[in-house]
Amino acid sequence: MRFLGEPIEFEKQAGIGSPVWRGRAADGAALTAFAVAVRRADGRLAALWGSDERARAGGFRLHVVFGLDAGHAWLSLDLPAERPAYPDLSGIFPAAGRLQRATRDLVGIAAAGDPDGTDARPWLRHGAWPADWFPLRHDAGEGHGFANAASDYAFVRVGGEGAHEIPVGPIHAGTIEPGHFRFSVIGERVLRLEQRLGYVHKGVEKLFIGKDLAEGVRLAGRVSGDSTCAYAWAYASAVEAACGVSPPPRALGLRALMLERERVANHLGDLGALGNDAGLAFGLSQFMRLKEDWLRLNGKFFGHRFMMDRILPGGAALDLEAPALAAIVEQCDVVGREARALKKIYDEHAGLQDRFLTAGAIDAALAREFSLTGLAARATGLILDARAHRQGYTPPPPWAMLGVRPATDERGGVAARVAVRFAEIFESLRLLRELAVGLPAGAVCAEVPPVPGAGGLGVVEGWRGEVLVGVSLDGAGRLARVHPHDPSWQAWPALEHAVMQDIVPDFPLINKSFNLSYSGHDL
Amino acid sequence: MIPMLRRILRTGIVSEPPPEAGAEEAREIARLHGEILRILGRALSIRQVDAGSCNGCELEIHALNNPYTNLEGYGIKFVASPRHADMLLVTGPVTKNMAHALKAAWDCTPDPKLVLAVGDCGCTGGVFGESYASCGAVEKVIPVDVRVPGCPPTPLALLRGILAAVRR
Repeated sequence: MRFLGEPIEFEKQAGIGSPVWRGRAADGAALTAFAVAVRRADGRLAALWGSDERARAGGFRLHVVFGLDAGHAWLSLDLPAERPAYPDLSGIFPAAGRLQRATRDLVGIAAAGDPDGTDARPWLRHGAWPADWFPLRHDAGEGHGFANAASDYAFVRVGGEGAHEIPVGPIHAGTIEPGHFRFSVIGERVLRLEQRLGYVHKGVEKLFIGKDLAEGVRLAGRVSGDSTCAYAWAYASAVEAACGVSPPPRALGLRALMLERERVANHLGDLGALGNDAGLAFGLSQFMRLKEDWLRLNGKFFGHRFMMDRILPGGAALDLEAPALAAIVEQCDVVGREARALKKIYDEHAGLQDRFLTAGAIDAALAREFSLTGLAARATGLILDARAHRQGYTPPPPWAMLGVRPATDERGGVAARVAVRFAEIFESLRLLRELAVGLPAGAVCAEVPPVPGAGGLGVVEGWRGEVLVGVSLDGAGRLARVHPHDPSWQAWPALEHAVMQDIVPDFPLINKSFNLSYSGHDL
Repeated sequence: MIPMLRRILRTGIVSEPPPEAGAEEAREIARLHGEILRILGRALSIRQVDAGSCNGCELEIHALNNPYTNLEGYGIKFVASPRHADMLLVTGPVTKNMAHALKAAWDCTPDPKLVLAVGDCGCTGGVFGESYASCGAVEKVIPVDVRVPGCPPTPLALLRGILAAVRR
């Protein structure tokens, strides 16, 4: 199969997960031409990573996943062991920039572009390991014992009369993850925000290497704790595609129940925090109360408040009996009623709306420019949701039967992201009721015998956006390479744009309205 | 304003006893609160530092401030600067990239400078362990008074850990 008239043959990935096609680019020029065609067709750069294939194929491999109307196109490009370079895609997809820098830091394959236009600064490597050592190369060794040298980072300087900088982080003022924000401001107005991330880089991708399939899912569930179900499902889906296994229908229903409960929990927490950041502590108390009720029900019936380790390759690690399903339905009614009442209060609160309405706007063109997915993209009016039907796209089971209605809002700012979160809570509650009532009978887990040398890609619509996990197995059926991709990679640069021309005190509010993952990004 | 007041009245005070938690757990929370107050007399200020976690532990630390657990109602509060803190609540593993910032935060925390290592990763390095990118447990980088294991630890386990630290 071919896409967009480009001469690259794609083959559909096996299995019942999200539609993924896999192809190989003959050379760098073919990759560039395909990327240009995708960008012209309003497609997205979904993920980019590298792998060391010198033992198997004599060189390195670049993997680029594009988001198309029909699903995902996973394109690989083989690179020679000596001088492994590939064309810089950041001019076509700005989101490629940081992904390419991370790929160079970890695998040692670099984008070759215009020497003035290609960002050569390290991204995840702050100084904990030397510039000529690459952790994801198979001959790298463990890499213990490097001196942890602090390094300077060349932030882009903004000059001019009255311009000054505000450095923030890596430790932020609240109970949140670490990262550095460099604001260039005049007075209180933000001229430019530049992020420096990578502080919570803990070597996740290297840890996957050599693990068996079951060990891998435990790690995948800890890439970003607030999205543990999304990552575990995406990993499981990739493994199932690689090994040609379909999880039983009941397992898919249980996974969807968990994913939607994860979505609701995060939206409840963030809506409370958004009220609080705009000075309405009432909102925080009310939503945190609802969230706690929600987490306690998770603890009671799923055995874990965040449902960690409840999704396995092949299916689910638990089953729910009728009383549990009835309790889930009943809680949907209660939370739905309460969230509706709170929405009315938020909508009618002049002080709150005054803060929400004008802050943090981005438009659909910018969302496309940065290949944004998830709630931030839908809040600019883009209809993008891996669970929902759209022109030319049929979602995988169990979503196809549920008729998921994606929530959208065209205003693009904090108010739009708040509105989308509310709408998604109500839609998720509807889905949870349907899933609980219509859960198919049968087994909850299938055997997954590893297929040596196989590979697969899993895609799941997490609460932030599209979570992808690429997996390849080695000759012994263990994990050779796992690459988890968080939607925050695309959203962090969009956030830099969302705060421009807003005032510094609005940053916490704008930031919270996205609530991006540091851990999922830094890996 | 009126709908808001009505909702506040209708919600009432949920802090005692927490529904779903069971009477046993509610009593335990009340007892812990009482004991923390008795030992501290006034208040405890906590600075949380994420030194590399997957953000799961942070979700449960947030839950400490929900109306059910209602820490702030008992004089325990989270502060923005380590200079204002009696205690550092540190989640791990400590990444190499955060080791310097964690040490700096510890250096400027005044006595009694209590340190709670939170979560399996904060206690031992957890699934991430020690590697080219991770120093592992919090105690590899700064001295630790009390360890609260769990992946992530529940709010109740965190409360118990805070109490264990102030008892010392």
